[in-house]
Amino acid sequence: MKHEFRVTVGPVGFRIGSDWKQPLDRMRRLYQGYPVPDIPDFTVRLFAQRPWRKIIRPSVTIGGDYMLPDAQPMALAHGLLAAEMGMNLQMALGQRRYLVLHASAVERDGKALLMTGESGAGKSTLSALLGERGWRFMGDEFALVDLENGAIHAFPRMVSLKNEAVALFEAQPDRLGPIMHITPKGTIRHLRPPEDAIARMEESARPAMLLFPRFGFEPAVREMGEAEVFVRLTQASTNYVALGEAGYDALTTLVRSVPTRAIDYPDTERAVEAVERLWADLG
Amino acid sequence: MTEAVFRADPPDARRCVVLADGVTVVYHRPSGLTHILAPPAPEVLAAMSEGDADTGTLIARLERDHDLSGTDDLRGTLTARLVELETAGLVWRP
Amino acid sequence: MMTDARLLTRALADPQSALALDAQGWTDLIAMARAEQLIGSLAHRLDGLDLPETVARLCDDARLSARHARTQALWEAEMGRRVLASLGEPVVLLKGTAYVAAGLSAGIGRSIGDCDILVRRGALDAVEKALIGQGGWEWVKEDSYDDAYYREHMHELPPLIHKDRDRMIDVHHTVLPLTARPTPDAESMIAESEELDVSDGGGGLRVLSPPDMICHSAAHLFADGDLAGGLRNLWDIDRLLRDFGEREGFWNRLGQRAELHQLSTPVSRALRLAEILYDTPVDGDLAGPGRAGDLLYVRRLLARDGWGRETRKCLRFAFYIRSHWLRMPPLMLAKHLWTKWRKGQANANGPGSA
Repeated sequence: MKHEFRVTVGPVGFRIGSDWKQPLDRMRRLYQGYPVPDIPDFTVRLFAQRPWRKIIRPSVTIGGDYMLPDAQPMALAHGLLAAEMGMNLQMALGQRRYLVLHASAVERDGKALLMTGESGAGKSTLSALLGERGWRFMGDEFALVDLENGAIHAFPRMVSLKNEAVALFEAQPDRLGPIMHITPKGTIRHLRPPEDAIARMEESARPAMLLFPRFGFEPAVREMGEAEVFVRLTQASTNYVALGEAGYDALTTLVRSVPTRAIDYPDTERAVEAVERLWADLG
Repeated sequence: MTEAVFRADPPDARRCVVLADGVTVVYHRPSGLTHILAPPAPEVLAAMSEGDADTGTLIARLERDHDLSGTDDLRGTLTARLVELETAGLVWRP
Repeated sequence: MMTDARLLTRALADPQSALALDAQGWTDLIAMARAEQLIGSLAHRLDGLDLPETVARLCDDARLSARHARTQALWEAEMGRRVLASLGEPVVLLKGTAYVAAGLSAGIGRSIGDCDILVRRGALDAVEKALIGQGGWEWVKEDSYDDAYYREHMHELPPLIHKDRDRMIDVHHTVLPLTARPTPDAESMIAESEELDVSDGGGGLRVLSPPDMICHSAAHLFADGDLAGGLRNLWDIDRLLRDFGEREGFWNRLGQRAELHQLSTPVSRALRLAEILYDTPVDGDLAGPGRAGDLLYVRRLLARDGWGRETRKCLRFAFYIRSHWLRMPPLMLAKHLWTKWRKGQANANGPGSA
């Protein structure tokens, strides 16, 4: 393909090919300093479905080793988002070495805090914020669970900040990607992880606490039964079934060894307070 | 009336973990599927390890090993559990 | 320099040769293998060789995936068996599920999609009722046009999917569409099928006889789509021929069965193509002399680049039209494509396939 970019994030190497230069230039800027793989684990392609779509109302279709059959093309201005989605797709459909959980992760003293839940629950924003408050940011989208020893491996990709969350980081424009208006009401900007997160991306951590946060509710903390946690984590995993018995072992161990709470919070400051309190008690 | 006879895989075809709330998470090796079972389903499966059984035989085995006093409509409950286990593929009619 | 899938066929046929690849070569090979659904097979061929660390890890991953695909495929077959056993009908597994169930080389590392079974045409109703009634399968939602098309003209029931497991089962009563030109003798295939070892008693599942497996595979290589998946199909044939080619009388039998099924031309061509791509040892008489079309087929089959993209678009288009022509009489083809096009207009669909 005409343009190519490679990047290693945590233990996974990616190769991204593109019919256009712009999305990859943007990636190069945000991912500066990340290692580069000789032989990538996954290939992503950003391509034009018809030759004229490279130039006339250019639209980007996401492809790669693993593809969705009815992928809708995106505007070229959102090419960076398309590339990130392409990497997500490879991880979701093709990752077999780690149990993949849709969860954010931060680390302190060698121990990891995982946060999982519905889209919009706030796990991305919370993990980014905690990364500025003395925690090491490990990832906002996927937490990778080691199948042999249960450790959490860091996967520090660009953080997807939505709408109001962007304002929290506007004072650091060097770390921010372009503004993308995805819907009339929805804006996304990508945030480069803190330097220590990038420098220490190969350090894993033992999972010590699991939270199911919910944004926009009065503060509350609720204990959760292990069965409920197990079921919700299988729903939060993209590859649990594909991993067979190894996935079963990893997940049952995680559920039985890591204290879990559901927390509701009205704003991010209160969430951070709740997290610190719980960590002091349980972590 | 002859009742249906059911069969289960031998115990080593399954991995079982009992969670703190009493629920058993079962990994079924022949299918690669994971099932969440609440009592008495795990006990029913374990009782099948002695060999093929219809509901009557199953009741006898379970009464021998567990205290089932106070269970309403034992026969109906166990038959329903067997049918659910059959749908899940954990038991079948040979 | 344009890369094509010779990189992949060479690595499969002669795994040692891949050790000479540089990092870019490995990168291209892996992308190609994934695109051709051959990464599992490749991973098994490379097993034990001194590979770069990333490649070794990706091969481990691919072997794990293939093992899981095998478990799932055999389970679907078993659940089908449990429901259909009481009908007393022969149920013949086809394609990937058959290869793993029978422990054949073609099953090693194979990616497997749906469960395909072959039953007698007269048994279709009973099979349909049993799968839906007791088994928990249901129709994949299709509109009434496609449903009619499937039943009358294709060689299978409309697709069935299992409510809980979300896996498809395809029930066939012939091997090629009823409207296609060669008409293989499905009843004879069923009659010659072989029962699998079932340690647990009860109605066993069956697989095609070895010569019929080759005929079936060759029929689909040329009649199905525009040779999409052709490299994997021919790898199946290579592996099957290596498993059975040494058996007494095998090649004669293959020739006889091919003739019975009106598949002599596709089978001979498949033998020649397998020999060209994978150095498969084939019987010279049955394969026959090379023909003009062979190289064109080879070019089409190898049309994959190091990014996993299909190349040589004009060739692909020509093969696509031709394969539909083989499957349907011209008037029917026109009507079918017209109706599909009109539906496409009504849905105001996005981009179609490239």
